[in-house]
Amino acid sequence: MEELLELLEQDCTLSTEQLASAVGMSAEKAEETIKELEDQRVILGYQAVIDWSQIRKDSVTALIEVKVTPQSISGFDRIAERIYQYDEVESMYLMSGAFDLAVIVTGDNLRAVAQFVGERLSTIEGVTSVATHFILRKYKEKHLVLRPQEPEEREYIFT
Amino acid sequence: MNYDQILNQKIQDIKPSGIRKFFDILEEMTDAISLGIGEPDFVTPWHIRDAGILSLERGHTKYTSNAGMLQLRREIANYMNRRFDLQYDYTSQILVTVGGSEAIDLSLRVLLEPGDEVIVPVPSFVCYGPLTTMAGGVPVYVELKAENEFRLTPEELRAAITPKTKALVLPFPCNPTGGVMERRDLEGIAEVLRDTDIMILSDEIYAELTYGQRHVSPANLTELYDRTVVVNGFSKSHAMTGWRMGYVCAPKPIIGAMVKLHQFGIMSAPTTSQYAAVEAVRNGDRDIQHMREEYDRRRRYLVDNLNRIGLSCFEPKGAFYVFPSIQSTGLTSDVFCERFLREERVAVIPGSAFGPGGEGYVRICYASSMKDIAEAIRRMDNFLVKLREEQGRG
Repeated sequence: MEELLELLEQDCTLSTEQLASAVGMSAEKAEETIKELEDQRVILGYQAVIDWSQIRKDSVTALIEVKVTPQSISGFDRIAERIYQYDEVESMYLMSGAFDLAVIVTGDNLRAVAQFVGERLSTIEGVTSVATHFILRKYKEKHLVLRPQEPEEREYIFT
Repeated sequence: MNYDQILNQKIQDIKPSGIRKFFDILEEMTDAISLGIGEPDFVTPWHIRDAGILSLERGHTKYTSNAGMLQLRREIANYMNRRFDLQYDYTSQILVTVGGSEAIDLSLRVLLEPGDEVIVPVPSFVCYGPLTTMAGGVPVYVELKAENEFRLTPEELRAAITPKTKALVLPFPCNPTGGVMERRDLEGIAEVLRDTDIMILSDEIYAELTYGQRHVSPANLTELYDRTVVVNGFSKSHAMTGWRMGYVCAPKPIIGAMVKLHQFGIMSAPTTSQYAAVEAVRNGDRDIQHMREEYDRRRRYLVDNLNRIGLSCFEPKGAFYVFPSIQSTGLTSDVFCERFLREERVAVIPGSAFGPGGEGYVRICYASSMKDIAEAIRRMDNFLVKLREEQGRG
């Protein structure tokens, strides 16, 4: 099963038949397993990894450090929910150390992100401080390196 | 100047490989899928590259000792023990070479007298015959059979031995067939070689790429240890082809002779590569495992699908090749591959390139992405359907 997940994580465009024979199970079994994993929300979705900087030249991503006052009953979860339900939030993690929540936000331009932080995020009840770090350049995302293909010397040798 | 009269006759008699013409066609196609080149598609793991860089930063730019850095030989000895249960003394039984190829060349040159015969099982990698010839020997080819999963049988070996036989090449796991020799196969070979002085040149460059079982070297058999020269290297196991790092492990007198030749012809293997190799052999076992698992998935996928679309192939247990029969198409392997490349833009290698016995087969290398392999299968299916229609068997 783990092998199936590893393969899917590498390339989710492979067909069930392709996945099945690569891991040595029947196509029916693979289909069933994938369905179960989807139902259990182990597989959350299937997405492409896109270098938006080539298309939306002004788009920006920011990592925002958020400090919060946890609530007595639900701890951090309740307040986290209030934050992550905004579409602008791409990813979000509870952290150890100097701040509590790391929030990754993407916007069409700098102003949009600033507006989100100033008007939405920092006004949420329980949020005590925010520190916004803009991402200047993405080097690697999901194991993929964001750089143009270097032309390679195409010389074939017989081995 | 008439160079034909100047150049050594033996080298003139060696024909350039017919594969060149495929590569010429291939190099002009920008959208072709190549499953032709026998080379890992992985880049050398970063920690290994970094160790090479660090050695340069620290100014390690001089020759090493002729046999290779002591710490590298010590690590290779540990590795051979750890991975293959083979014991070699690192001070006298290991030589670091410029790729496995140099090790093969040296082995033949220190063993052969003019006219000595070397038994070469085929289909196999193309270097053994020409290197034997250039060392003054005579290659004697033994055609392996698909029904034996391209293993060398004791009967085939016995029939090839003459009073002039000096050495036997054992190229397993095998390029291009993916065949392996298991312990009981090697015991059969040992039986035939008993009471002879025939040496074994065991090319184990694909040893780490053995699936579902552990690689067994002839040197693992006590009765064969003293007559076995083990050639190995980092190219396939650690995706380090361009670093040119090989090594050879053998009885002390043989390594002694090889070091003599190596010190005149090569001096010492590249220093940067040796530093990288130390890191590879110290901390690279996980990389090997990771790559083997990847290859294994592609192998299973490819074998399943080739059989599904009607190209029968036995399950290869080693290396990163499958070797399906194309005899059902009625084409020679040369014509099959050239048409497949021109019409479907996928390069695979005709079995005939690997010596007699390879005709009727093609070699497909699965050291390529799943996506490319899947697309190649789709195009192969198209091609086969088209061939059948053309031949009125659709």
